[in-house]
Amino acid sequence: MSSPVLQVRDLRVTFPAAAGDVTAVRGITYDLARREVLGIVGESGSGKTVSALAVMGLLPETARVEGSVLLDGEELTGCDDRELAALRGRRIAMIFQDPLSALTPVYSVGYQIAEAVRVHRDVSARAARSRAVELLELVGIPHAQQRASAFPHEFSGGMRQRVLIAMAIANDPDVIIADEPTTALDVTIQAQILDVLRTAREATGAAILMITHDLGVIAGFANRVAVMYAGRLVETGSVDDVYGRPRMPYTLGLLGAIPRIDESGRGPLVPIEGTPPSLVDLPPGCPFAPRCPLVYDRCLEVEPAALPIGGRGQHTACHRASVIEEGDLRPADVFPLPQAAPARASPDAHGERPVVLAAEGLVKHHPLLRGAVFKRRVGTVRAVDGISFEIREGETLGLVGESGCGKTTALLQVLELRPPQAGRVVVLGRDAAHLDARERRALRRDVQVVFQDPLASLDPRLPVSEVLGEPLRTHGVPAQRIAARVRELLGLVGLAPDHSGRYPQQFSGGERQRIAIARALALEPRLLVLDEPVSALDVSIRAGVVNLLEDLRARLGLSYLFVAHDLSVVRHIADRVAVMYLGRLAETGKVERVYGAPAHPYTQALLSAIPVPVPALERRRRRIMLEGDPPSPADPPSGCRFRTRCPKFAALDDGLRRRCIEEEPALATVADDQQAACHYAEPMQVV
Amino acid sequence: MSVPSEQLSAVLPGQQPAGTGAPLDETRVPSRWGLVLERFRRRRLAVVGLAVLVALFGLAFLGPYLGRWSYTDHDFSAFLEGPSATHWFGTTQTGADVYALTLRGMQKSLIIGLLVAVLSTGLAAVVGSFAGYLGGWVDRVLMWVVELLLVLPSFLIVAILSPTFRGKTWLVFVLLLAAFLWMVTARIVRGMTISLREREYVLAARYMGVRAPTIVFRHILPNMASLLIIDATVNVSAAIIAETGLSYFGFGVQPPDVSLGTLIADGTSSAVTYPWLFGFAAGLLVLIVLSVNLVGDGLRDALDPTSSATR
Repeated sequence: MSSPVLQVRDLRVTFPAAAGDVTAVRGITYDLARREVLGIVGESGSGKTVSALAVMGLLPETARVEGSVLLDGEELTGCDDRELAALRGRRIAMIFQDPLSALTPVYSVGYQIAEAVRVHRDVSARAARSRAVELLELVGIPHAQQRASAFPHEFSGGMRQRVLIAMAIANDPDVIIADEPTTALDVTIQAQILDVLRTAREATGAAILMITHDLGVIAGFANRVAVMYAGRLVETGSVDDVYGRPRMPYTLGLLGAIPRIDESGRGPLVPIEGTPPSLVDLPPGCPFAPRCPLVYDRCLEVEPAALPIGGRGQHTACHRASVIEEGDLRPADVFPLPQAAPARASPDAHGERPVVLAAEGLVKHHPLLRGAVFKRRVGTVRAVDGISFEIREGETLGLVGESGCGKTTALLQVLELRPPQAGRVVVLGRDAAHLDARERRALRRDVQVVFQDPLASLDPRLPVSEVLGEPLRTHGVPAQRIAARVRELLGLVGLAPDHSGRYPQQFSGGERQRIAIARALALEPRLLVLDEPVSALDVSIRAGVVNLLEDLRARLGLSYLFVAHDLSVVRHIADRVAVMYLGRLAETGKVERVYGAPAHPYTQALLSAIPVPVPALERRRRRIMLEGDPPSPADPPSGCRFRTRCPKFAALDDGLRRRCIEEEPALATVADDQQAACHYAEPMQVV
Repeated sequence: MSVPSEQLSAVLPGQQPAGTGAPLDETRVPSRWGLVLERFRRRRLAVVGLAVLVALFGLAFLGPYLGRWSYTDHDFSAFLEGPSATHWFGTTQTGADVYALTLRGMQKSLIIGLLVAVLSTGLAAVVGSFAGYLGGWVDRVLMWVVELLLVLPSFLIVAILSPTFRGKTWLVFVLLLAAFLWMVTARIVRGMTISLREREYVLAARYMGVRAPTIVFRHILPNMASLLIIDATVNVSAAIIAETGLSYFGFGVQPPDVSLGTLIADGTSSAVTYPWLFGFAAGLLVLIVLSVNLVGDGLRDALDPTSSATR
């Protein structure tokens, strides 16, 4: 291997602030070899983005950057903006997380790519334009010639990210820094984009520095991985070593905290207690010590340096690494696992338990209106177009699908407890269509909700005591009982009762979500509706909340409607799953069946697109790539809604295709407790 | 939570991990308004502002008993004399005692200013938030009223209505002033409500079964408290000044009664030559507005837990 293209040595970034200097990056060192993909993994606030921006010289003026960044032996720190501008885009390029804000809305994408070319090369406008079209073709934008004149808002998120990749590779850079390039995208689109990045790397021979919080994405994509915590790299090595033989407790914890799409095991996830430290005035010692179960005196005194371990180029910054190495410890050996939740209702007895929630042919259409004074209806968004499901006592139904498939609309429709536009919602045996105002209010006691973002779902002006007391007061619980119940609820979700005088902002993300769960439990409901309850949380925090939800369900006999786009979490927590596509159910059934042998081509593609944090497996897996983006729900395709992207449809001959085009498939039983809405359903193992 | 965290807490006694199942002791569960009061008390300037405001009220209503003169008296031995032992704030061209006049004026202005501000902002908050939250026909009717009042020339209406109320209590005047100050704020409040209505904590409260008026008063209005408080403090001075303008044209407070506004208007022309005619009234007006502002700032910070001023 030749000399590394990018060498970072003891990079430090400090932001001066009134409350004390924030040292976001505290001395990181790494090499990036040519054509290599290095993944930097870390939770929010670990300094991974700041370190990348420091390499590019894109930090604000106030930031203090120390250390050395060598690009092919050329020092970058200390260069002024003009010198750096000559390098950026030509030798080193960046792909940002949010593709909408990274493109200028008033110029066509072709113009913006051509501009990237012309900044660094003296070529004619016509040549730059044709290069732009060429690049758009390379990144897989159909009809590149015409689409080059389109504006950013006319592209979907995935397409915009492709445009950004085209811009990044426009000048054949040596290094591409990709900062969470797929975080804002759906899984099937994520798989496409990772594919495009691979193509881009082959076309340009660039090395890629991939920053992400998702261990699964890195596993199949990177050669080496570096785990970042509190501004330092705590473990680096080849992906196989770090994933297969992690030697730092934090890495161990992260790997144990991820629910796995490929494991049907029902054991609790490994939770990492506590929260990452504040980067102002870090105490001496290892920053992970307060959360580490293996901590001993030395950890609190001296911060460990990154030392080689295992003799294969793996480096670990941990005083206890040798102990872990000797015992070859696994996550569950290091972190105290919560007791397995008490036995839950066996999924086989599905048919015998009482139905808690039943939705039959639920429909929600939004009119599309045009005109300022006289509104006329120009179309209909078929957000939810006739879906049926039921949840029985003690069960969890996972409602999954990509963004825009109508899952949140369906959930809100249930929560409204009002007659739907068509179909029926029956909660605890009572039809929402026949409720008067008083009955509806009484029924609300039994159906409570937890939203995705706990900061948005808790009123910032109310202290926790009032947040938790509100449902109680609303339903007429006497005042002296409320105070006791508030303390009880805080204890139930694992928070200290004397925190009731604090405001939501004074808690960390995971604690806030616990408060939101406590509020939902205040009235002892029987059905809890969970709208992406863990997707706003960091991996290490998420495990604790998932475990809490499992534990509460078993102890309190709750039923969950669990809406999520993260199929791995759903596999872990749900008994039954319903997959939605464009307002319809594509497949539904028992979790083991649907994940083990999905029958609908969409479910198959969805499951195959989810990365698994096992490098060897991930490299071997064959993904079912979906073409393009989901169609608009205002204008769904005729017949089967999935046919425009369906790999199976593409493989059929015209005679068989006709059925897909003309006839909309209904849910049909494929196997015991599994139904799929596909004319040619065929179970297949994909995970 | 069922995580056994004893191991951790044994190692790190300083860090009490959540959920060690602390016994349910009688920790006080503080209420919202108790916390707001506590936070307000910690704002020194706001407390000073409140003290000054109370002192001004005291001066306005108790002060006249300390002076020898009533605001209707004329001392024919002292015209246009500066402050002295007999006339603390001096006298006017007609020998009236400026101290007595100023305090009498302050009684009027304090009440007009504060009442109008509270009434108009309160009305704006209620109308705007209910229109925004409930939507539908409630929204249409309320906004129709707002727009109607906005296009009516308020000055003319007050001028036309004034003779009807002449001789009756001047509090009617307060109502008239308040009735024409609230519409713009109500429109802003409605707009903010429409965006707050979609927030998840409002949805959560709705799905909990909380009734609409409770949601409006507990979740929506407190979350626009800074707007309402700024609006109310601005309205205090706006009302005092509007009253002056109307009084000048012969509506509102009429001689022999006075207000700070009329005193300032009369004294402006001689502000340089006979400063006491103008200075005391103007100084007290500034003091009123300043202390109301301080109280408003303190209240805003006390209601907003994100403000860094109180911790």
